[in-house]
Amino acid sequence: MKNENMFHNDCANKSPHQKDKGCKDACCGFCCTKLKNFGVVIGKTEILRDVNLHIHCGELTAIIGPNGAGKSTLLKAMLGDLKATGELKYIDAKGRRNGKPLIGYVPQYLNFDVGSPTSVLDLFMACRFKFPVWLHAPKRIIRHVEEALSRVKADQLINRRLGALSGGELQRVLLALALDPIPDLLLLDEPVSGIDHNGLAIFYETVSQLRKNYDLSIILISHDLDLVYKYADRVVLLKKTVLENGKPQDVFQSENFKEVFSLKWKDADAQGREEQ
Amino acid sequence: MDIWYSIIDMLPFEWTGHTFMKNALLAIILISPVFGILGTMVVNNRMAFFSDALGHGAFTGVAIGSIMGLVQPLWSAVIFSVVFSIGIAVIKYRSRMASDTVIGVFSSTAVALGIFIQTSGGKSFGKAMTYLIGDILSILPSEILLAFLLLIFITVLWIVIFNKLMVVSVNPSLAGSRGIHTFWNELIFSMVIAVVVTVSMSWIGLMVINSFLVLPAAAARNIAKNQRQYHLLTIVISVVSGISGLIASYYIETASGATIVLIAAVIFFATFVYRKRFD
Repeated sequence: MKNENMFHNDCANKSPHQKDKGCKDACCGFCCTKLKNFGVVIGKTEILRDVNLHIHCGELTAIIGPNGAGKSTLLKAMLGDLKATGELKYIDAKGRRNGKPLIGYVPQYLNFDVGSPTSVLDLFMACRFKFPVWLHAPKRIIRHVEEALSRVKADQLINRRLGALSGGELQRVLLALALDPIPDLLLLDEPVSGIDHNGLAIFYETVSQLRKNYDLSIILISHDLDLVYKYADRVVLLKKTVLENGKPQDVFQSENFKEVFSLKWKDADAQGREEQ
Repeated sequence: MDIWYSIIDMLPFEWTGHTFMKNALLAIILISPVFGILGTMVVNNRMAFFSDALGHGAFTGVAIGSIMGLVQPLWSAVIFSVVFSIGIAVIKYRSRMASDTVIGVFSSTAVALGIFIQTSGGKSFGKAMTYLIGDILSILPSEILLAFLLLIFITVLWIVIFNKLMVVSVNPSLAGSRGIHTFWNELIFSMVIAVVVTVSMSWIGLMVINSFLVLPAAAARNIAKNQRQYHLLTIVISVVSGISGLIASYYIETASGATIVLIAAVIFFATFVYRKRFD
């Protein structure tokens, strides 16, 4: 664990300027995640085909696309929940720890029993420690969990029951859980419902901060084009395969984008201009 | 055992004069925490119906054991119900059938098969009644030792496996992203329930054993805020209803298993009324 953090620090120490320079296609000494010819077939249906992506650390990559484009499938395949063809490769700052990245995952929704007597502390403890949750909660563990929660400004939620959290609070708790331990790659599946636009904006703000502080690679599936435009470093338009991949401005101007989102974008575009 | 007897003899009650009561009391003190602990996860995982079916499987196991001419049909019952629980778990995992349908199919088949075997050749059903009603008063010291071993085993198991089971019970895909294998953990858990239910079936009674598993945890759930409170309350409710049920059954001359469960039910409704929304 210590090693990974060390690599992240190495990565973080380089200035953003340095990182941009000549780093368009190769990893050139920085940590990155590569997807090569990634494909998923479920039953006889081909869901994803020839997905090639290259994600640098410290970048927030938003995946957008119409319903059924295979966005969630892509994340699940990266997690290893679904069988996929092709490769997923992680290369750290010094090329020492190559192969499978440590992945943090925030699911789209968490289907659980809201009546369950499980507190936020219980969930963290069960996920992270071997010490039996039912027996006792030692101080060092409580301190650790508080620290993990404070990354997303949710330390006041530690003793709340999971079922008593609001949609936005639960999402923050799950984000904190995904960040403990700090992963190489953070996968976020944005909820379609249950959280208002305002709550989402706060969430994006937090994620965006985390990216800077921990130099994470973040892949986020989003349905809110407005927020994507504002926060993402890179946008991937996905529909069975990668249609567009680039800076938000470029992708949002592309023909493919207009075809897929012709109606939705009009509103967001108008809003964007107002803000400028 | 002698130490236990002399401790109980110091109590100023009439029932302490009987050895069978002392044995039964010790057995209850040992076995009720086991039920409490397992019950927490049965309720968390919504497996109440599942554990009920395991009891039915155990009954069939006893029936099979008795036609095979075993003096102690218990061990054949243990093996049968473990196989039975694996069967349910695998089919539940592999098929898209709703789990209550899978469990219903297994449980009905097991009961039918059990009764079929017990009554085959015109035998009377009477002998099997012990398993249905349960008789903790005739518990033997060797069986008390068995109860003690069960308690140790479950405690150790719970220390090792509980965290994983809890994450699985919150959400299987979350568990998956944490490298916890849902199927194997659930399989181990259901096998353990199968063993415990089968072993204690003749003490508590098959008809009420599932209630003893579910009620204390369900009652604790009404008022607990986290897993520590949940476990503590469940075990306390379980032991209190166990001991008071046993003693009450002595005075009012009823089956002890049923009396214990009735007291647990009263506690459940009390906590249900007093439950608060912990938000």
